[in-house]
Amino acid sequence: MPSIEFNEVRRDFGSRAGGFLALDGVSLTIEDGEFVTVVGPSGCGKSTLLNVAAGLLDATAGSVTVDGEEVRGPSPERGVIFQQYALFPWMTVSQNVEFGLKVAGVGRAERRAAARRVIDMVGLADFADALPKTLSGGMKQRCAIARAYAVDPKVLLMDEPFGALDALTRVRMQDALLETWSRDRRTVMFITHDVDEAVYLASRVVVMAARPGRIHRIVPVDLPYPRTEEMRLSAEFADLRRQVWNAVYHQPSTLEGNSS
Amino acid sequence: MRRQAVSAAPARGPGQVKEDPERARKAPGSASREDAEGSAARRAARTQRLRNALLSLCSAALGLVVWIVLAHSGIQGFPGPASVLSRGWQLLRDGVLLDDLGASLRRVLTGYVIGTALAVPVGFAMGWYPVVRRLIEPWLQFFRMVPPLAVIPLAIVLMGIGETPKIFVIFLAAFLSCVVSTFQGVVSVDPTLVSAARVLGAGDARVFLGVVVPASSPFILVGMRIGLGAAWATVVAAELIAAQSGLGFRMQQAQLYYDLPTMFVQLIAIGTVGLAMDRLLLLAEHRLTGWQERR
Repeated sequence: MPSIEFNEVRRDFGSRAGGFLALDGVSLTIEDGEFVTVVGPSGCGKSTLLNVAAGLLDATAGSVTVDGEEVRGPSPERGVIFQQYALFPWMTVSQNVEFGLKVAGVGRAERRAAARRVIDMVGLADFADALPKTLSGGMKQRCAIARAYAVDPKVLLMDEPFGALDALTRVRMQDALLETWSRDRRTVMFITHDVDEAVYLASRVVVMAARPGRIHRIVPVDLPYPRTEEMRLSAEFADLRRQVWNAVYHQPSTLEGNSS
Repeated sequence: MRRQAVSAAPARGPGQVKEDPERARKAPGSASREDAEGSAARRAARTQRLRNALLSLCSAALGLVVWIVLAHSGIQGFPGPASVLSRGWQLLRDGVLLDDLGASLRRVLTGYVIGTALAVPVGFAMGWYPVVRRLIEPWLQFFRMVPPLAVIPLAIVLMGIGETPKIFVIFLAAFLSCVVSTFQGVVSVDPTLVSAARVLGAGDARVFLGVVVPASSPFILVGMRIGLGAAWATVVAAELIAAQSGLGFRMQQAQLYYDLPTMFVQLIAIGTVGLAMDRLLLLAEHRLTGWQERR
């Protein structure tokens, strides 16, 4: 089962002025098919945690396993979606989406069909031959999501994917993402700094604290899927939102009082 | 940079798609309005083009007037447009102009092609392998400060007075300008693009050929343009110093015989050919790197 397990993950960035401990003793299990969001103040290491899971950064100590296999370097089994879209600007939407399949050596016709399918899924069918520069931010991110889905990854790692979008587009993208997710229940780890977004999407919200980056609290979200607009305005949602907000913004600023 | 200033305008044209497909589909009545907007925008663009063309014409006329005034102001031997034109025609008919042009172009292209052909891989190697960069960069920075022309005396002593020293300095000029910008291009490739390729399973070779090369191509093309400018400037100067043919040589000869119209013809030919080559590369640049998001 594709779950993500962090085992006592530690990561420091050495520098001349001593080291900087980005992550210290982070242990977390994201179950198969679970949608987990990670929030925290800047510098809490949430992006570092995601990059370690993606294999783009090595853990200094500890390990990450995905589907029982230890992560060593990036792999198409772990789809990553970046805040800045990271589309190849010289490729059209469909060429971008086909990139991973091409790397995997999938034949041309099969590649076409697979790309078409995910492009339809994210609603970009009319823009398959458009260059990224002609797309709006939301459309770029949908293309990036299609590109990640095209190679059929076991898990999705999303690094503040909607952070650069306006509020309205963001809400629409959240609903679209949840709809896609509810269809195949792929395991998702979703980094955000938006408390609302964190609660709305997740079945569990992981709140991290900084210096050193560590898990501060885990807030389970007991709202059923599919999530709706009414839910967003409900008292339960407000209460969860308050819990997460307090955990993010009223946390001990230093190590004091925190056993680690 | 210069290439952005040259064409900042077409990036956000009115015809550009910036709308979500849902929204576009939900507005069936808006098609005619968009058409009207489109034609208005086209009209505005046409007026703008006409205005620009007129201004260019004015600029040319003004230049001509200044030239004629200068010719009549009593500077000793300063030729007017008419005498330069007739000399140009004469040189063209005799075949001298084309021979000189051919000789200069041959030198430039030989040196330039070798120079850029070497500069691109060296620039890539410097950007890709830090060790190569550390080894080469000090020399590059040093020789960049030495004008290629200053190498000519040494080159002539070492290589004789044939074609070799001239081609060598042109090679040097083209290589130095192109290698620096290729290297810059590789270094400034967005690391998230590399990460994006890696998480999709791309190995080193794929990342290099599929991401680093295309992502740095705008820089390389700018480098090639600068390199061509440098090569052209260098060939003329090199021919002034030591040559038996070429535009620069003809000018040098004309100086000896106090033949000012010929010098003017050479200057105009040099400028025109240089400009034409630059426009050609600019065109290639737009064709090849039109995908760029310009701000």
